[in-house]
Amino acid sequence: MKYVIAMIRPERLDAVKRELQKIEVSRLTVSSVSGYGAQKGYLEIYRAMEYDANLLEKIKIEIAVNDEFLEPTIEAIKTGAKGSDGYVGSGKIFVLPLENVIRIRTNETGPEAI
Amino acid sequence: MAINGADTVWVLLSSALVLLMVPALALFYGGLVQRKNVLSSMMHSFVAMGVLALEWVIIGYSLAFSEGNWFVGGLGNALLNGIDLYSVTGTIPTYAFVAFQGMFAIITPALISGAIVGRVKFKSYIAFILLWGLLVYAPVCHWVWGGGFLTGEALDFAGGTVVHITAGMSSLAILAYLGKRRGYGVDSLKPHNVTLTLLGAGLLWFGWFGFNAGSALAANEVATLAFMTTLVAPAAAGFVWMSLEWMHLGRPTALGFATGILAGLVGITPAAGFVTPVAAIAIGAIASFICYQAVMFKNRLGYDDSLDAFGVHGVGGIVGAILTGVYASVGGEGLLLGNSAQLMIQLEGVVITIVYAMACTLLIGFVLHKTIGLKVTESEEIIGLDKTQHGEAAYNI
Repeated sequence: MKYVIAMIRPERLDAVKRELQKIEVSRLTVSSVSGYGAQKGYLEIYRAMEYDANLLEKIKIEIAVNDEFLEPTIEAIKTGAKGSDGYVGSGKIFVLPLENVIRIRTNETGPEAI
Repeated sequence: MAINGADTVWVLLSSALVLLMVPALALFYGGLVQRKNVLSSMMHSFVAMGVLALEWVIIGYSLAFSEGNWFVGGLGNALLNGIDLYSVTGTIPTYAFVAFQGMFAIITPALISGAIVGRVKFKSYIAFILLWGLLVYAPVCHWVWGGGFLTGEALDFAGGTVVHITAGMSSLAILAYLGKRRGYGVDSLKPHNVTLTLLGAGLLWFGWFGFNAGSALAANEVATLAFMTTLVAPAAAGFVWMSLEWMHLGRPTALGFATGILAGLVGITPAAGFVTPVAAIAIGAIASFICYQAVMFKNRLGYDDSLDAFGVHGVGGIVGAILTGVYASVGGEGLLLGNSAQLMIQLEGVVITIVYAMACTLLIGFVLHKTIGLKVTESEEIIGLDKTQHGEAAYNI
């Protein structure tokens, strides 16, 4: 089992969800986060004070997958997050080993519970 | 005629109420856009208070209301030349009349911004509303209220034709150059905060009492009638919109109710002082029903009138103008009193205004498109107009 964390651009979320639906990965958690990588931020101005606002709005997607779903999931996120333009700032995908999963309602554990 | 104190108070108060509709519109539109475009769409309304108030004093008022020909006023009152402290219009000081009418000149172009959120360059937007105020608003205002060829002919109590048809139809026309938002019809471009929109709708209704009842330009029985009709028409319209949604989609949405209120306000605007409160209920209900269909139809046609400036203001304005010719019974006679001629005049005013407003908007759009450009770049649209046009974010950590 693997835990996939992806940081993507907010406007690509719908596209990523669509790609994931195509491969029947239907369980995910999404949160709104701030951060930056190679993409530089925009200068912000409040009452003439300039702020180097290099924190940009990003979306974090978290998905727990069984091993056979890992590659398709990564491909789906890449396809959806990149779109056709491929600007700097399209995001990153992190893959972590996942020790165990427990479904609270039924007490199932491991790959069954994902 | 002598100045009447009560009339002056009411018109000044109404002017302030109409000005409040501009930030109300900013809230209404601001809640409906994505969080990256909130300040940008609110600024579309706010900047109108700046530049259009100045344009009105410099030349707009003169083009709309000074002596001129059938089409447009002259330059006799440019920079308010010829008007002083003691000038009188009707029973109020002329400055009060200039101020009241100026509020209409401010809010009308701002209505158009609802169609073009998230993709228009800010400087081009300013250029657009300034040109539109001169070429569309001032002449049409002159036709209907300022001594032009429809003055005393077409019934338009508070601006169904002058305000809502011009703005609504122009919203549709300008889309020829601005197209759709990226992701329209594919990604969810959901409203980011419907509570702001509801607050805006409530304040718009509040301000609309000044808009409609103030248009009597006196504190009298006609103002009171317009006040009553402005109460019941939106009530009926909100109820109808909510019921239609409940039947069709299974849920009565808050946004639907707010949209219905707006459709009712637009619909009753031309009729406000000409119809009975009971007729106002009918007008509100019919306007809401037809605007609902228009908004649903738009979704099928696939053009991106983002916040339904055309679906509500354009369609609601047309319905209101026509129904005024049907239900008028106070200070004018409509079809129900056997006067079919009035209905024909209303239709004439509607058709001419639609053609003129759309043609002018296409022309202004064309010129801006070819010179400074109307649309932001793809990457600016993706990042959002708050950051790229204004260097701010509406919500910070």
